[in-house]
Amino acid sequence: MSGARKATTHVTQNEGLIFEKSSPGKAAWKLPPLDVPPVDAEKLLGAARRSDLGHMPEVSEIEIIRHFTRLSTWNYGVDTGLYPLGSCTMKYNARVNEFVARLRGLAEAHPYQPQRLSQGALRILKTLADCLLEITGMEAITLQPAAGAHGELTGILMVRAFLEAQGNPRKKVLIPDSAHGTNPATAAICGYAVENLKSNAAGMVDVSALERQMNEDVAALMLTNPNTLGVFEQEIHKIADILHAKGGLLYMDGANMNALVGKTRPGDFNVDVMHLNLHKTFSTPHGGGGPGSGPVACKRKLEPFLPLPVVKENADGSLEFDYDRPKSIGRVRAFYGNFGMHVRALAYILANGPDGLRQTTEDAVLNANYIRKRLEGVYELPYKTPTMHEVVFSDRKQAAKGVKTGDIAKRLIDYGFHPYTTAFPLIVPGALMIEPTESESKEELDLFIEAMQAIADEAEREPQIILDAPHTTRVSRLDEVQAARKPVLRWRPAMREAAD
Amino acid sequence: MRYLPKSPSDREAMLREIGARSIDDLFSHIPAEYRLNRDLKVPRQMAEAEIVEYFRERGAGTAADHASFLGAGVYQHYRPVVIDALVSRGEFFTAYTPYQAEIAQGTLQSIFEFQTMICELTGMEVANASMYDGSTAVPEAAMMAARITGRHAAVVARTVHPEYREVLATYVQHDGMKVNEAGYGENGRVDAGAVERAVSDETACVVIQSPNFFGTIEDVSAIAEIAHRKGALLVVVIAEAVSLGIVRPPAEADIVAMEAQSFGVPAGFGGPFCGVLATRERYVRQMPGRLVGETRDRHGRRGFCLTLSTREQHIRREKATSNICTNQALVALMATIFLSVYGREGLKELATHNLAKAAYAAGEFGKRAKVLFDGAPRFHEFVVATEEDPHELNRRLLEKKIVGGFPLKKFYPELGNASLWCCTEQTKRESIDAAVEAVRA
Repeated sequence: MSGARKATTHVTQNEGLIFEKSSPGKAAWKLPPLDVPPVDAEKLLGAARRSDLGHMPEVSEIEIIRHFTRLSTWNYGVDTGLYPLGSCTMKYNARVNEFVARLRGLAEAHPYQPQRLSQGALRILKTLADCLLEITGMEAITLQPAAGAHGELTGILMVRAFLEAQGNPRKKVLIPDSAHGTNPATAAICGYAVENLKSNAAGMVDVSALERQMNEDVAALMLTNPNTLGVFEQEIHKIADILHAKGGLLYMDGANMNALVGKTRPGDFNVDVMHLNLHKTFSTPHGGGGPGSGPVACKRKLEPFLPLPVVKENADGSLEFDYDRPKSIGRVRAFYGNFGMHVRALAYILANGPDGLRQTTEDAVLNANYIRKRLEGVYELPYKTPTMHEVVFSDRKQAAKGVKTGDIAKRLIDYGFHPYTTAFPLIVPGALMIEPTESESKEELDLFIEAMQAIADEAEREPQIILDAPHTTRVSRLDEVQAARKPVLRWRPAMREAAD
Repeated sequence: MRYLPKSPSDREAMLREIGARSIDDLFSHIPAEYRLNRDLKVPRQMAEAEIVEYFRERGAGTAADHASFLGAGVYQHYRPVVIDALVSRGEFFTAYTPYQAEIAQGTLQSIFEFQTMICELTGMEVANASMYDGSTAVPEAAMMAARITGRHAAVVARTVHPEYREVLATYVQHDGMKVNEAGYGENGRVDAGAVERAVSDETACVVIQSPNFFGTIEDVSAIAEIAHRKGALLVVVIAEAVSLGIVRPPAEADIVAMEAQSFGVPAGFGGPFCGVLATRERYVRQMPGRLVGETRDRHGRRGFCLTLSTREQHIRREKATSNICTNQALVALMATIFLSVYGREGLKELATHNLAKAAYAAGEFGKRAKVLFDGAPRFHEFVVATEEDPHELNRRLLEKKIVGGFPLKKFYPELGNASLWCCTEQTKRESIDAAVEAVRA
């Protein structure tokens, strides 16, 4: 196989659970001598005292280091190679971001420390906020939401508060059938009914359908742009006009902002409110599923409804948190959001500057188009509309041989890559959603393309090799049905024997 | 641009392959009036040395070189260095949600270990793989209780972290959930009589925090009895997870909504932290958030995968248990490593040190001021009522490089000049003595 120059197996150690290494008397901690009189916990706590911590492990430091180091080698990260997970924007995580986020004065700052000792932290929040407003073309912002979906919740609560202030919160939110699952879930929490909006043959919002569906019961349209096909909604100005003409608002899911930064601004094309995913566009690490950060930016008319608190600059240049905002939707999270992610995102923006941010977007779009060009025909391209930062193929050709998108994904692992996003967006049956990001060199892209071509070839000639994939991993094709039917969600001592 | 791995000739070759003349061809479908034809007004590109210096300057002049008595939901415990050594491995921090189990066993197994440790510590049967933080775990728990009971009201103790209560109010404002607050008694515990009066046939859950915002340990079983008698669930919030090393776990709770920041996560000016929900097995399908389960692969080998995802938004869309997607996985890993370091015995000793420091400090403060809520046990926080305004006292302490307790009047005006003080294993006796010394008797 031509992709074989990439794929190799490597030595991985077997490693049980940390509990299975435990035995009484082993320890990895040492506390300083107590400099106050010892206490009798029994006397202080009475019935509230705990004497036993159950099956918590007892292990030494070297065992901890080996355990988690070995586990780490079972993982695939952006550091390992191309991670083309569409819509997730798995880009390089700069090490300087990690370094500055751990600086003592920032990492150890207490959120309730006196304001005058917090000026540096507040300045970081203010500077990041200003940069994000410029990048999005919006007019006000909160950094408080802890992730994209939390940003959606914040944004839709603001929409609702804005409409309520005008006398009617309205009843429903329109969501295209290509949207992320978080969008409908968010609308439901905010008390809205979800109405599906069909995409047209080009994979975009069907403007005439929108025109028919839009009425005074609609609070907002939640639109991802570019959408989950990686397609820019070319009629965005018409979409905004249709919403606005009937008093609704345009919410933009900013998950795909990596395709737009420095090239176009949602505020300029009449988006009213949007969230950003700092862990996508601004390179804060995904960390195996978080932490993220989902700032929400909005137009001036929505500013009074931003969650508490908001950073404000005083006449003397000092900064403080403003809690005196009677129209606010309230607080969406304790303290001020995922500050550590704000530090990293700002470090990323500073490392790029205006020229670097634009070049990043251009390279991301260039990479996706390059993959599209080289794999078109090998895999079916259901939508011919121009591609931005990601491209969605379907498995139709391969499915005819019994090979589905999930199988191709598993086989890709043997070729040394993380799979693309499978089976999403829902409007493409058997979708293969590929987002290379700007972090990939031409050499890495070529290797990936060769692997995808080789797999297509295998689908023709020896589909079983794909159906049995992956072949090179520690485990292969976990029984997910069994896992859900009889959930085993924690370790118990009896499992030690069973595992042997 | 040092993060971009393409040479100009690579770009040329790729454009040629695509059949585009210039990069702008790839953006030509964006309507012309919306294309940005100028540089963004953000700071110029900086060298790495400049970036480091920029953040060093922002980090200077903070409280980092001060002794601090702040707690109030964010606790300053020592973080063993192995935590950052391990979470800095790229395979952990540059990975995504473990959707492809074969190449994510590291994340999956560590989450399974996290779930197990949380169950052991809380006395619950299942725990999820994290929520955003403690404050957002609370409304998720209340909404979960509403789904389980089919009722739409909650009774929340005023001794639950005030900011958590604010977040709860924000979350449930549009789903018709009525939230009643129950006050506290002279011992600093939630007033059981008030809870009793507030709970009705409509109450989905009673929410208490233990140790509560004043550091007082609640009588969990008494409140559980009241809630359960009326068919409501008991949600116990834990904001200071280290307390679980010495305080009896809330085994009578139906749902535990926890903040795991104390387990090795830096204060970080308030985040990122690590929320967790834990509950009874029978409620697992109503619990939001990610779950990892053990299973076998096609060769019969033990392995782990995400499971019960039919509760989640990407499958269930508007009918999901919650809209949460990205969680706090890396922070959960920090907690797992922290708990591996301290383990069964260390966590107990750590908690005992915290208890001893606070007991000493409360005793010393008691000689010059009034320590409130003395009638119930507490962990490592306590409330001191001084003659003078605590802001005034804190100003004097700052000159000694000490950050004093958290003045409570912002959230509890009825407590006047009281402030909330916290001691951890990091608090030195000399700082305690200096702080007490500054109190005007």
